[in-house]
Amino acid sequence: MLGYIWLFFIVTAVIVGGLNGRIEEVGQAAIDYSRVAVEISISLIGIMCLWLGLMKLAEASGLVVLISKLIKPVTRKLFPGIPPEHPAIGNVAMNVSANALGVTNAATPIGIKAMQEMQSLNPHKNIATNAMCTFLAINTAGVQLVPASIIGVLIGAGAQNPTAIIGPTLFATGTALITAIIVVKLLEKIPVFKTENYLEEGEK
Amino acid sequence: MVTDRFVEVMALISAWILPLLIMSIPVWAFYKKVPLYDTFIKGAREGVGVGLRIIPYLVAILVAIGMFRASGAMELLAEFASPVLNLIGMPADILPLAIVRPMSGSGALGIMSEIANQYGGDSYMARLAAVMTGSSETTLYVIAVYFGSVGVTKVRHALAAGLIADLAAILASLFISRIAFL
Repeated sequence: MLGYIWLFFIVTAVIVGGLNGRIEEVGQAAIDYSRVAVEISISLIGIMCLWLGLMKLAEASGLVVLISKLIKPVTRKLFPGIPPEHPAIGNVAMNVSANALGVTNAATPIGIKAMQEMQSLNPHKNIATNAMCTFLAINTAGVQLVPASIIGVLIGAGAQNPTAIIGPTLFATGTALITAIIVVKLLEKIPVFKTENYLEEGEK
Repeated sequence: MVTDRFVEVMALISAWILPLLIMSIPVWAFYKKVPLYDTFIKGAREGVGVGLRIIPYLVAILVAIGMFRASGAMELLAEFASPVLNLIGMPADILPLAIVRPMSGSGALGIMSEIANQYGGDSYMARLAAVMTGSSETTLYVIAVYFGSVGVTKVRHALAAGLIADLAAILASLFISRIAFL
């Protein structure tokens, strides 16, 4: 599915860009953004090292499992595929907390750690598990208690009362979160998304 | 003013939270007698591999998004979609934001900033844009980075669920902003 969207973007870009007389910009964008992708990845390495190091400490000291135990009642329902006291659960919880508190640069490395833990339980390494999809869906809802950078932009535009957006934003992001969880749980049961459909010949 | 005070307190909290987290994990590990330096290095070493591993995934996603945005396809989409948008009460100026939001975090913040500066920081448009920006995440980027970090290419229903959640965020933003700000 990712492949189709990817193709759609590129084909649309070339056709529309051609008709608009912006084909040069389209070509330039391809070159520029491949560089940007590398810059982002490289610039993530430092912060990734920092948090994967700290998370190793959290894991070795039993902190991750402790958190897994604490939130077991919630996660048993959301992630039935992960054993309740597995470190993956603790990492998922810490990622969601970091996102909620707005510590975005910690959230990504911790989220990646969570993905690695879930991957260790995955029998088909190139196919997403239900747990991974649920985790991603929760993440893309992007729950953040106080959207600081957005409030900053409003203040920059001369807002007198920028914090008025906090309540409504929580409502909207909460709606997105609930929708994400319901939809991801419904979709995992639909035949087209079954893992068996993605197996290579011979694995079946 | 109450708001100033609130903003100050929030700024204070967000300034403290990161250093405190970075301190408390090693302190806890020390208390639990974990060999600190060795363990940290062992974990940190993985960061290099992850950073390199996500490059191809990000190149694929960002190049496609970059080409799409450069072509002007978004403006075209905005024109086509405007009758439908009127129906759900979305101002035409907000549409580019709704489209960019799942693709690019900095792009969305840029568009939101333009809207806020054009209409004023306390205007309905600025607030609607702010709520919409804050209510969801950069779905395509998150999918590329998280799945890329473990080498998963078949994302199954994750993308569909993420995009439907984005749509829900847009509709909920329109709905609540109307009630709260109009």
